[in-house]
Amino acid sequence: MNEPDSRAAVETSAAIEIVWRMEAPKLVAGLMRLVRDLGAAEDLAHDALVAALEQWPRDGVPRNPGAWLMAAARRRGIDQLRRRSMQARKHDGLARELDEAIRVGAAPDEPAGADDIGDDLLRLMFIACHPVLPADARVALTLRLLGGLTTDEIARAFLVPEPTIAQRIVRAKKTLAKKQVPFEVPAPAERMVRLASLLEVIYLVFNEGYAASTGDDWMRPALCDEAMRLGRTLTTLIPAEAEVHGLVALMELQASRFGARLGPKGEAILLLEQDRNRWDRLLITRGLAALDRAVALDGGGGFYALQAGVAACHARAATPAATDWARIAALYARLVDVTRSPIVRLNHAVAVGMAQGPAAGLVLVDALATDTSLRAYPYLTAARGDLLERLGRLDEARAAFTQAASLAGNTRDRDVLLARARGRATTSP
Amino acid sequence: MRFMVIVKATKESEANVMPSPELLAEMGAFNQELVKAGVMLAGDGLQSSAKGARVTFKGKERTVTDGPFAETKELIAGFWILQCRSKAEVIEWMRRCPNPYPHDGGYIEIRQCFEPEDFAPAAGGPTA
Repeated sequence: MNEPDSRAAVETSAAIEIVWRMEAPKLVAGLMRLVRDLGAAEDLAHDALVAALEQWPRDGVPRNPGAWLMAAARRRGIDQLRRRSMQARKHDGLARELDEAIRVGAAPDEPAGADDIGDDLLRLMFIACHPVLPADARVALTLRLLGGLTTDEIARAFLVPEPTIAQRIVRAKKTLAKKQVPFEVPAPAERMVRLASLLEVIYLVFNEGYAASTGDDWMRPALCDEAMRLGRTLTTLIPAEAEVHGLVALMELQASRFGARLGPKGEAILLLEQDRNRWDRLLITRGLAALDRAVALDGGGGFYALQAGVAACHARAATPAATDWARIAALYARLVDVTRSPIVRLNHAVAVGMAQGPAAGLVLVDALATDTSLRAYPYLTAARGDLLERLGRLDEARAAFTQAASLAGNTRDRDVLLARARGRATTSP
Repeated sequence: MRFMVIVKATKESEANVMPSPELLAEMGAFNQELVKAGVMLAGDGLQSSAKGARVTFKGKERTVTDGPFAETKELIAGFWILQCRSKAEVIEWMRRCPNPYPHDGGYIEIRQCFEPEDFAPAAGGPTA
């Protein structure tokens, strides 16, 4: 191990890269407690990385690399604080504050306890997802700080140039510093809003990965894994929040269908037409367990838990015909109350059409068609066509599919809808 | 990427000797770290092969043999299913694993699971 041969050095530098990715979030979070500034915390963490790159190839990777990095970074941080404290002597208040920071930072020579690390990580998540930042900045900062991704990887995942991501992160850090966003778990009054922002960021990351198609850079689908990791971590940090479990349930259940959602040519396969043997049983089990926890905590009435409830109905059905549409319709009805979204209303109408028959669905869809915001929505017209077709009103169905095709945003959807207008009968949800 | 980490059986595990309370506590803490990092999907310890069985295949024949089985080295005593970014990450995690073989030493084995992309997408239509 101590032989300075080149293979060992290469292995060590690869090990350092891995350790860095695993430890950087905890490192930055722990250093925030000391320096209270994101840029400074990242700089200190980076200094520790440089020290590791110098020493580990020579001395080997330490047994507890995370603690080693934290100790190296903290020593340096405390040195810096001392220097600033000396300069600040004339301003008594600041000096006292810095002395306190040094005392707190220097006192425990032992690595921080598990609870402290968890608290710091949670604070870091809340900062990265702070509502003062635009959504795309929250996403980039979260992946960078909590996922340990490089700006290049984030750029590849989101199909944007690397400098764009780098700029977003720099600007986000400036905004956080300027607005003096505190490093804390938000107070109860703003907790729900802050938590909603955090969950939204995780789900945005997941959806970006889910939208990846074959041939995309592997970093894109990897976003789903990153999002699920963050979500699972969050369930251990705030296990009493039902919606965190709801979001994790939703992600696990949706990801369980990952392997079945694309056909041989990369075309999307609708849920009801997927080969259920290709659904991932392990993720389904995990998703259902997470949903149970959400339901046990608050009845599963949250935005994510309700969607997970719908996904669970599909996951539990061995065949499309065995789907519990009545339950799905009831879940969508609750989701309509939570979101007031016309698209959720459309999903509700479709589910009612499956549960109670096409006539009942058509009444709801026609009521929705008067909603101006959905007038140019091809899926509404397509759903209408589907219900009319099932009612045997074929001429009207054909007209609806033709109209939907003219509204479709991409060729693939248009082709499918035109085929249905020609009377090629397929089932669609 | 999904990996299975396999813990090989030992004389003790085959004799149903439970690990020491210290090792159990250390393993519990290690598992907790895996869960907190969001990488542990599943994992279990296995009872000795005395409680297991083998189904042997030969053409159309199926022969059932009850445990225990003699070749301790070929047996396993536990597993994890981990979701990691790379094999290297699994290795780094497992370097931190408490020694599951406090008596004679031993090794754990890291194997990568197949992903859906590893199989050609289904050519046929919907199966209802």
